Amino acid sequence: MLTIKNLHANVNGKEILKGIDLVVKPGEVHAIMGPNGSGKSTLASVLTGNPAFEITEGDISFYGKNLLDLLPEDRAREGVFLSFQYPVEIPGVSMVNFMRTAINEQRKYKGLEPMSASDFLKMMREKKEYVELDNKLANRSVNEGFSGGEKKRNEIFQMAMLEPRLSILDETDSGLDIDALRIVATGVNKLKSSENSTIVITHYQRLLDYIVPDFVHVLYKGRIVKSAGKELAYELEEKGYDWIKKELGE
Amino acid sequence: MSIEQPYIDLYNKHKQAINNNSSLVLNNARDDAFANFQRLGFPTAKEEEFLYTDLSKAFATDYGLNINALKIPINPYEVFRCGVPGIHSHLYFIVNDQFYSNLTQKSTLPQGVLIGSLKEFAKTHSDLVANYYAKIADTQHDATVAFNTAFAADGFFLYVPKGVKIENPIQLIKVMRADVDLMANSRDLIIIEEGAQANLLVCEHTIDKMNFLCNRVTEVFVGKNASYEHYKLENTHTKMTHISSLFVHQETASNVLVNEVVLHNGLTRNNVTILLNGEHAETTLCGMVIGDKTQHIDNHTFIHHAKPNCKSRELYKYVLDDSARGAFSGKILVAKDAQKTEAFQTNKNICMTKEARMNTKPQLEIYADDVKCSHGATVGQLDENALFYLRSRGISEAEARMLLMFAFVDDVIEKINVPALKDNIRLLVEKRFRGELSKCEGCASCK
Repeated sequence: MLTIKNLHANVNGKEILKGIDLVVKPGEVHAIMGPNGSGKSTLASVLTGNPAFEITEGDISFYGKNLLDLLPEDRAREGVFLSFQYPVEIPGVSMVNFMRTAINEQRKYKGLEPMSASDFLKMMREKKEYVELDNKLANRSVNEGFSGGEKKRNEIFQMAMLEPRLSILDETDSGLDIDALRIVATGVNKLKSSENSTIVITHYQRLLDYIVPDFVHVLYKGRIVKSAGKELAYELEEKGYDWIKKELGE
Repeated sequence: MSIEQPYIDLYNKHKQAINNNSSLVLNNARDDAFANFQRLGFPTAKEEEFLYTDLSKAFATDYGLNINALKIPINPYEVFRCGVPGIHSHLYFIVNDQFYSNLTQKSTLPQGVLIGSLKEFAKTHSDLVANYYAKIADTQHDATVAFNTAFAADGFFLYVPKGVKIENPIQLIKVMRADVDLMANSRDLIIIEEGAQANLLVCEHTIDKMNFLCNRVTEVFVGKNASYEHYKLENTHTKMTHISSLFVHQETASNVLVNEVVLHNGLTRNNVTILLNGEHAETTLCGMVIGDKTQHIDNHTFIHHAKPNCKSRELYKYVLDDSARGAFSGKILVAKDAQKTEAFQTNKNICMTKEARMNTKPQLEIYADDVKCSHGATVGQLDENALFYLRSRGISEAEARMLLMFAFVDDVIEKINVPALKDNIRLLVEKRFRGELSKCEGCASCK
């Protein structure tokens, strides 16, 4: 479904991604780990089309479509979803209005009629259960005044609403206590199917106890330098990244 | 020849005609006001208070004035069939500079309420009108107010006696209707006595695409424990110059809300002067501007805390696109013995383009030493991070911008206390942002 070939990207003229290759198939969970500044979040931003990043080389194909040709909103409508490391607070835009607009724009893209108000509210109610999101939060402005944990739960709630084919979780575990982590991870697992795929970007193996990856990749200095099964995460947790650096002869 | 000269000649030549079409109380104030106008002249950008809006240029157009109060062939009740849907308002009209008398309209207002033509009530209730007329409108220092006092022959009058509460809003629609370039000077006088309550919605509209200038002055007296809400919605066109001067005088423990919204206009100067002249009086003053093309909007406000323990809240927001120009000056004066004053002022602005320009000038002048006062002003752009966040959920860039602009002004809309009006303004603002709005809903003239 997703094929990344030789991807190079700059931010502010500085090359961050220096040739990424990655293939993700339906139903797979890929973990991307790596030290600070290795390019993990840049990869997430580039996949979703953040205009702050410039692609200098390479291709991204998603279900046969060239993702780099698509606007951020069209990528989302094709089924790419990013759970933000730092979800943005948007005072004055209610969660309900935000989600209804998002759902209906996605439906329009697919040639469907807008969803009725009652169907939409029913859907909101159902999907909130996935992450035990408080009713009060759903009635407030987007992320405004939410705690760190509530923001991350809200990201997974949006994921449940939009039913993406590819979910990218960018450090969804950062800033979460154990209970919140469990709730978020359980939500993600409930949404998993043989059709959709997940890329989990994380520093720590801890999240991977809950969301078990099929593959673990180590990103270092803008390249994937090592790929293996889930056991690689434990090895990293134990030995740190120095071990990888040594393997690379640094 | 100066810009003032044709008006000076006009006044001297036609003063009798103006007087004949007005009433004694109004006529008594003319000559002094006119002398003040002659002394002051039209304000230019050289004056500190008019730095961002040169009004003298607006008066240079050769407008006609309806000195002889000729009837304008229009029945506004036919043109504006329903006003704001669902508002159940008491509906009245000013056509250009005259109150439109509708003899078939039966007032359902409580007993004792006087509502209608200022000119007529100045005849039938001359003592009452004389007690208040031109008492707080500043004809000494403000040239356009002096000009209005010299020329205005009619307008709207509202008197709500002690303890009487009017539940449904009163809607006053002011329309400009002429086949020639026209100037209109009209005058409103509103008296809310002790413990009384009323809400007024003023809509400013243009029917014809002529060059118009309206110079409107409104005086409002709000008595002890009385409550008054004043909403003004301007939806006119680019050839309209709109000058509005609102003077509010508040007594002890009175409560006032003023909310002025500009959706479409040409050149607008809104002056609001609020005097808190009794302890525990509270006032909320807010406004919103949506400007594009070459719209020019200048809100000029002055809140005077003259007595202790009063509260004022001020909030103005502008969204400026294309080459629109915005200006805000907000002065708050806290007098020496106005202790325990609370006065907060906020002005936030978004410029969507490099060509849009906003000037903002908050001013606090505090002579008391035990007060809580603050002011804040910002000029910025839409939050790029928020924009990307919305787009990453499948919302188009245009729609995302709309949502953010709408969210930006929403707290001003939230300050509207009449539910039907709040819903309607919200709808109008959304349509305005989507580019679908030319006139208010309910105006049959544009359907």
